[in-house]
Amino acid sequence: MSSRALVMARIRRALADVPRTEAPSEVAVERTYLRRHGDRTPAETADLLAENLADYRAVVHRTDAAALPALIARLLTARNATTVVVPPGLPADWLSATEVRRVPDTAELTPHDLDAVSSVVTGCAVAIAETGTVVLDASPDQGRRRITLVPDHHICVIGVPVQVVDSVPEALERLDPSRPQTWISGPSATSDIELDRVEGVHGPRTLEVVLVTAANPPAEDAVFLTSRPHQAS
Amino acid sequence: MPAFPKAADTSTHNTQLRANLRHATHTIRAKRATAVAELDDWGRLRAAGAAIKDRTLRHLDHYLEQLERAVTAAGGQVHWAADADEANRIVTELVRATGEREVVKVKSMATQEIGLNHALAEAGITAYETDLAELIVQLGDDLPSHILVPAIHRNRAEIRDIFTAKMARWGRPAPDGLTDAPADLAEAARLHLREKFLNAKVGVSGANFMVAETGTLVVVESEGNGRMCLTLPDTLISVVGIEKVVPTFQDLEVFLQLLPRSSTAERMNPYTSTWTGTTDDDGPRAFHLVLLDNGRTDALADTVGRQALRCIRCSACLNVCPVYERAGGHAYGSAYPGPIGAILTPQLRGTQSELDASLPYASSLCGACYEVCPVAIDIPEVLLHLRERVVEGGPASVRGTRAVIKPAKGHAAERAAMRAASWALDHPRVLRSGQRLASRTRRFHPRRLPGPGRAWSDSRELPTVPAESFRDWWQRTRTTTTPRHGDDRNTP
Ligand code: SF4
Repeated sequence: MSSRALVMARIRRALADVPRTEAPSEVAVERTYLRRHGDRTPAETADLLAENLADYRAVVHRTDAAALPALIARLLTARNATTVVVPPGLPADWLSATEVRRVPDTAELTPHDLDAVSSVVTGCAVAIAETGTVVLDASPDQGRRRITLVPDHHICVIGVPVQVVDSVPEALERLDPSRPQTWISGPSATSDIELDRVEGVHGPRTLEVVLVTAANPPAEDAVFLTSRPHQAS
Repeated sequence: MPAFPKAADTSTHNTQLRANLRHATHTIRAKRATAVAELDDWGRLRAAGAAIKDRTLRHLDHYLEQLERAVTAAGGQVHWAADADEANRIVTELVRATGEREVVKVKSMATQEIGLNHALAEAGITAYETDLAELIVQLGDDLPSHILVPAIHRNRAEIRDIFTAKMARWGRPAPDGLTDAPADLAEAARLHLREKFLNAKVGVSGANFMVAETGTLVVVESEGNGRMCLTLPDTLISVVGIEKVVPTFQDLEVFLQLLPRSSTAERMNPYTSTWTGTTDDDGPRAFHLVLLDNGRTDALADTVGRQALRCIRCSACLNVCPVYERAGGHAYGSAYPGPIGAILTPQLRGTQSELDASLPYASSLCGACYEVCPVAIDIPEVLLHLRERVVEGGPASVRGTRAVIKPAKGHAAERAAMRAASWALDHPRVLRSGQRLASRTRRFHPRRLPGPGRAWSDSRELPTVPAESFRDWWQRTRTTTTPRHGDDRNTP
């Protein structure tokens, strides 16, 4: 008997108490838990995202589409970056203001090549406010998983409000399971030494997240951005 | 392996270990309570988590077949291992077929359970552990003592000494003048492991979840060593217990909320990777999934013990357990320490050995483990059930075959069991602190569980401990136990 057949036979014997006619769907699963924890305006959701990202030591920036290229250029310069990996589908204008040498994400790029690169700039698939998470799904504006792993500095751009959801259930609804995903909540960290949290073990030690609002945000949204609740006294 | 009480006594007399453990468990316990309190619907998430697992377990054959089809369709290859030896053989052959002699490993309970590193070493293949704590354990030629933080029994000075003395033998040496600052130690590990990651051709992992519907595997981690092992090598081999399957991708919405908060007390862990088979030009070109039984079907056959297979290995039960805190993880003699180990190990391995027979007694039955468990495993209920099996024997599944276990009366197993009970009862602080905890965490109870879980959750407030019968048993056997360990009463 193959091991597959053996294990299957063991399972069926073990489940002798389960009526043969019972369908899996007959075992009740009550999904009475919340789809999201609280009602927020899109601006409040973006604020919560920023707050939770920062809480886990991501560096958060907020800007609009027009100012994005200059911001990215400034962030790369501040790191003294000499090279930046570019996913194949990254919007061309994002890097239009920087002179830093571009390294295209190609199949030939080895882990050693990537280790010599300063930074990487990507978009994202979705961001989760309640947990301070950005999700990458290897779409053309994000590239292969390895490019956001080996370089020590990752700049991740999130479109606000379109790419931001409140909760984990809302994020899963948007994601395609057939694509490889990386959920990122702050930079790499460990608590293995006396439970002291240390940022930066093997993944990028610096994660910078840029929340980009549409070029001409509605007036009330712009007002809200300048008076974030936790800053008001 | 010595039976639980003997091993526990060795570690309770090691004050360094006890201080490290106490600090760690108390810290994480408090943080966890805060992270859980952030979610108003924790109880409902917990009930849903338990129900999803129950659905899966009651129809495990169905979901495994579905999983196998989906993984295969996505370009992966599925292997079945009835026991540890077979799993080790499969992995060894897969590694050999690549022509490589080294693998990088993501922390995985399943591979520890089967002793994979040892089996690979016998075949001339070196397995490098890449999780920081596992690295500390491996370099220190030590054993893990906690599910989540396996080197929790080591403090920073000990870790510095291990790195300084041992790193050179495994690869890049520790930097000169390494201090014991956690950031410096993490940096030393980063440098030491980076060359391994960049050159790795074969990665070995476990998985936290496997999605039957889509064939997706999920690994939850913090450091990025998981991402390295899952994405850089050409070949990825994942060894996963058959109980880790969940029906749908949507089900992850429950577990990705329960696990990080319950485990590391975070809203979300730094990195979660999901992959479905293979993807062109992104990640490994070959993906092998080794589905592991190794006693799980025996646990499945036990309608009381089955619930242990819901476990998502968050380690919350360890951190609240007064017995674990005193005894340390090594005393449990398996990859699974603490309350979950006390009910899982005797089911996976049977209750025939002294150690395994003593494990169900390594508890004060305070119920704190049940209170914190994110999938509502009634650990005290299973402990009592297994005690009964040890003492009275009865029908059980052994390696997939129905058998009748003989009562352990008069056997070494029963004596070991009694000594474990004596150990737990002779540590009054163990009992007291456990009871305090239980009342503090009562609010995390789900009111009731839907579906088949309902029967046992309906009438339950705290887990009911049949104190009479236990005391009877205690009185009856007391006279033959080894001397009391009274010297421990005064230790804080
Ligand atoms: S038994 Fe429950 S609390 Fe313990 S590790 Fe498993 S899931 Fe976590």
